[in-house]
Amino acid sequence: MSLKKTRFKYLGESLIEGNIKITAILAIIAVFLIFFFILRESLPIFFNGEVQQEITFGKFFQGIQWQPVSDHPRFSLWPIIMGSLKVTMIALVFAVPVAIGAALYSSEFAGRRLKEFIKPVVELLAGIPSVVLGFFALIIMASFLKNIFGWTYRLNAVNAGIALGFAIIPAIYSLAEDALNAVPKSFREAALGLGATPWQTAVKVVLPAALPGVSAAVLFGMGRAVGETMVVLMAAGNAPLFSLNPLESTRTMTATIAAELGEVVFGSGHYHALFFIGLTLFTVTFVINLISWALFDGLMSKLYGAKK
Amino acid sequence: MKLKTIMFWASLALVVIMACNFVMAGKAITLKGSDTLLMLGQRWAELYMQKNPGVVIQVTGGGSGVGIAALINGSTDICQASRSMKDSERKKIRERYFNLGSEIPVAKDGVTLYLNEKNQISELTLDQIKDVYTGKTTNWSQLGGPDAKIIVYGRENSSGTYAFFREAAMKNADYTSSMQSLPGTSAVVNAVAKDKYGVGFGGAAYAKGVKEVAIKTAKGSFKPTAETVKSGQYPLSRNLYWYVRGKPSGEIKKLVDWVLSPEGQEVVKTVGYFTVK
Repeated sequence: MSLKKTRFKYLGESLIEGNIKITAILAIIAVFLIFFFILRESLPIFFNGEVQQEITFGKFFQGIQWQPVSDHPRFSLWPIIMGSLKVTMIALVFAVPVAIGAALYSSEFAGRRLKEFIKPVVELLAGIPSVVLGFFALIIMASFLKNIFGWTYRLNAVNAGIALGFAIIPAIYSLAEDALNAVPKSFREAALGLGATPWQTAVKVVLPAALPGVSAAVLFGMGRAVGETMVVLMAAGNAPLFSLNPLESTRTMTATIAAELGEVVFGSGHYHALFFIGLTLFTVTFVINLISWALFDGLMSKLYGAKK
Repeated sequence: MKLKTIMFWASLALVVIMACNFVMAGKAITLKGSDTLLMLGQRWAELYMQKNPGVVIQVTGGGSGVGIAALINGSTDICQASRSMKDSERKKIRERYFNLGSEIPVAKDGVTLYLNEKNQISELTLDQIKDVYTGKTTNWSQLGGPDAKIIVYGRENSSGTYAFFREAAMKNADYTSSMQSLPGTSAVVNAVAKDKYGVGFGGAAYAKGVKEVAIKTAKGSFKPTAETVKSGQYPLSRNLYWYVRGKPSGEIKKLVDWVLSPEGQEVVKTVGYFTVK
């Protein structure tokens, strides 16, 4: 009886194990399938003669206008690439000091109680749906900023960038905090023992030691910012202008896909162009994440590898 | 052990209920498409379901193009559209269902140009509107207003209103790149209401807290009202449509008949659009 029960237990466990394995593999397969789908839908731009009458690879870089619904459609990617870069940079300028500062405080200065409060609360910020952040930026923040600074355009890259900053602060904070925490205690003890103040220890010893990990956190945040859609769709004004001015409206690559894919005629040049934008975004975020991951891995072996 | 049994039956019951919901949803009449018609469609659905218990109507937006695509691939029964179908779309319907589908005008709308209430301008000609939206006119002083930049708001190119406005007001010229495209008419209205130098366009029903511009034609200037839209004096009048595959029949026919009845058309008026008849 008891033997039977044990065997049954083993069978059950191996079943569960198998199930989990399958789900893990399915998740990986799903990522690959999505990638191949995007790739397949953007390939006609290169190979399909019918589609090429409307859109070719060269057309993406001709001129500076994104005007797909027109008697003479123009598909220049420059304005939307510029838009994505502009908004991402503004978001980073806003979010990086805040997030790294918070991470440094909570890992080096805050007491244990406070730390246990700060970390979950900042990470809670990640739980705010981006559409809510976007709505807030669209209705409240835009008017607020405009009234203070007297800007011509209510919805502009700065407005969207700040809102986007809120969206990526938790990601950067969380990863940077992990990196700072990974610095062995002995580093701090040595610095303090040599007479450094806690501030000197934090900024001149711990932060430089964790720098690869902190840069990884920043890059990770950057990847999130490039791919974030709803906030920019709502708060940036979506005018496809090719301009460096952060106070003008701007349109990002993600917002372009989100706004236009709903209507586009299936199989048209415009349709494939949107998938090409998707492919570009996928590649960019993939590379950014890869670098970020490599940096973090490098940090770990730098801090602990020598011990072996 | 007992708790487990209860849990088992409870979860089984939950699954059964969910399955029932799916089956019920399968029987529902679905309406999908134009965001301009969304508000009206919902009001119709509410009233109709109240009067006919047992009928379930689901209304979703997404844009006219989305609705037409859904009609073509069979995922909606009725498509709400703020523009008539393009030839390419009609062709697809014919290829799949061997008929042209039915086009039913269910309401009329006057696409309205919105200005901020503080703006002193109250009438414009179609040519002036076109120049603003193509980017030829960029300052209010060129239209007799103060010396300030015109902030141009519009819709995304997936919107039926975008297409209609481009055709009817701009004679198919391209929108200026500096037009800010906002998701939804209410976003446009909200932006213009907050922006002293803003200008936007959208359905007449949404014009709350903004000024409606009268359009100056050779015959006089007209605001979008019931008479001017119905008579066509207001130059930016359009029909709002329902599309069905084939001829409406059964429950769908009953719904269509009710929508076109005086009672259904009364709803059109309360929402802020204009009746077809």
